[in-house]
Amino acid sequence: MQAKQIDYAKEKRKSTLGWAVAILLACFWLVLTLTPFVFMVLNSFRKQFDMLQQGVFHMPDPWYFNNYVEVVTHGFFGYFFRSVLVVAVSLVLMLIIASFAAYPLARMKFRFCGLIYAGIVAMMSVPMHVTLIPIFKLTTDMGIYDSLKSLVGPYVAFALPMSVFILTAFMKTIPKEIEESAEIDGCGRFRNFFMIILPLSKSGLSTLAIYNGVAMWNEFAFANTFLQTPSHKTLPLALNQFKGEHALDIPIILSVLTLSVLPMIILFVIFQDKLVKGMMAGAVKG
Amino acid sequence: MASKTENKSSLAKVRGKRVAVAATVFLLPTFLLIAVYFIYPVIDTFVISTYKWNGISATRTFIGLQNWVNLVKDKNFWDAFKHNVVIMVFSILLQIPIGMLLATFLDAGGRKFNIFKIIWFLPYLMSSVAIAFLFTYALATNGGIFSSLASLIQGKKVTVDLLGRSPHALFAVIGVMAWQYTPFYMVYFIAGYGNIDTTIYEAAIIDGATRGQYVRQIAIPLLGPIFKTACTMSLIGSLKYFDLIWNLTQGGPVNSTELMATYMYKLSFQQFNMGYGSCVAAGMFILITVIALLFQKAFVVKEDY
Repeated sequence: MQAKQIDYAKEKRKSTLGWAVAILLACFWLVLTLTPFVFMVLNSFRKQFDMLQQGVFHMPDPWYFNNYVEVVTHGFFGYFFRSVLVVAVSLVLMLIIASFAAYPLARMKFRFCGLIYAGIVAMMSVPMHVTLIPIFKLTTDMGIYDSLKSLVGPYVAFALPMSVFILTAFMKTIPKEIEESAEIDGCGRFRNFFMIILPLSKSGLSTLAIYNGVAMWNEFAFANTFLQTPSHKTLPLALNQFKGEHALDIPIILSVLTLSVLPMIILFVIFQDKLVKGMMAGAVKG
Repeated sequence: MASKTENKSSLAKVRGKRVAVAATVFLLPTFLLIAVYFIYPVIDTFVISTYKWNGISATRTFIGLQNWVNLVKDKNFWDAFKHNVVIMVFSILLQIPIGMLLATFLDAGGRKFNIFKIIWFLPYLMSSVAIAFLFTYALATNGGIFSSLASLIQGKKVTVDLLGRSPHALFAVIGVMAWQYTPFYMVYFIAGYGNIDTTIYEAAIIDGATRGQYVRQIAIPLLGPIFKTACTMSLIGSLKYFDLIWNLTQGGPVNSTELMATYMYKLSFQQFNMGYGSCVAAGMFILITVIALLFQKAFVVKEDY
């Protein structure tokens, strides 16, 4: 790393012009990225009719906080906590089941091992829309339609293939000797898994948790199909709900948007290196 | 691992059997979920596609391949497929190269450009639904970003209608998608750069290569497999796109942004024509699988040269 830095400093003098152009383009993309966010945040602090009168990029005058008060007191936290609940339950179940599956695939030799692995990984390319009608049918048959329970199954299942794929690659990197010495000391397969392999896979599991957590948090199509009653809906559906109640009040919808992105941004700033590592695991073996 | 004596081989057999049992126990929950949520639904989709069924009533009428005959002749479906392909081409042409450029910039700059990385990544943290709502207002004719900018520049009130007219809407959607997904590919390429051994870079610099030469002649070839995966993901992603369009344009105006998935969803859950909806879903499955396989083949051939 150090050497890279020094070389880079030498180079910088050589190609100042190149860097100037690069930074200009970088700033251009920065503006492009930020403009919609600025639009969203600024206008969420306006009264309904101030948006057109004041111009969308002017500072709100006065700063109007009642949109947020209105949103928070009218069910926002309900949507929020239902999303937290579904994501937490699905994520824990998914990680347990995925590591169960990855363990034999990575560390045991048995017949059809490669075939089973390929079969599971192939499920990654099945689009959810192909499964939507039968799963909808299944959900109504099981009597869990319009409840949060209906989402757990699909969320776990659709995160599995990719997670098994990455965890298998991860578990293969754990040295065999650790397990063998534990076995000599009288440790059975299941204890081996829980006491050695699982704790050693912690960093793999946490990256998967972040990656899939974001996906589940934002999931729309299953939730929109399986949930009907507003008091059962998750956060991605809240927007349509609020829009239905405040059809023309754009600032209030923008404040819902701001509130729903905020937790993701905070988590990202804290865990950004983990996220990059998680995607790296997928990138290398893909 | 091969055993040499009789004794050992029977021991290995017992061991092998026990391994198989243990493996099955560990894999059982995954098998179960894949059977319930992948294998059964895919088969059932094809089964339902041979029926006329509204999705609610207990009775459904078997009509054989009638839905499939209709699908082949259905202009709406093939238009939707065309839109998917246009989106696919532009996704690959925009998101991956820009993502790669941003990553190159961050890799060259190191830690001190971290603030660029954080801000550039923000769009990817928003859900597609939230983005759809945001851009409904941001691209609005009245009080949207472009309308406001155009009014500011021309000094009078101007409206820019991006989502309301036929060819523009699809390209507006493509722009929004580029805004949303470029950060994903950026992080992907950052990861790729991170995997290149720093000694390779050092060796290149010692041999007198410039940063530009290093990127063009060493890094990009080394990133080849990542390009391939990125393209595959972009390809499959564009063909099954749904959330954003559903909440931004609902396929309109006049079907000009209709995609296979939104068409399927409308048929099934708004018009309750689940037989034909399943047929569209099954057709979508076949098209995606064929295109993904063709792409994989094409890429492998290219790598051989």
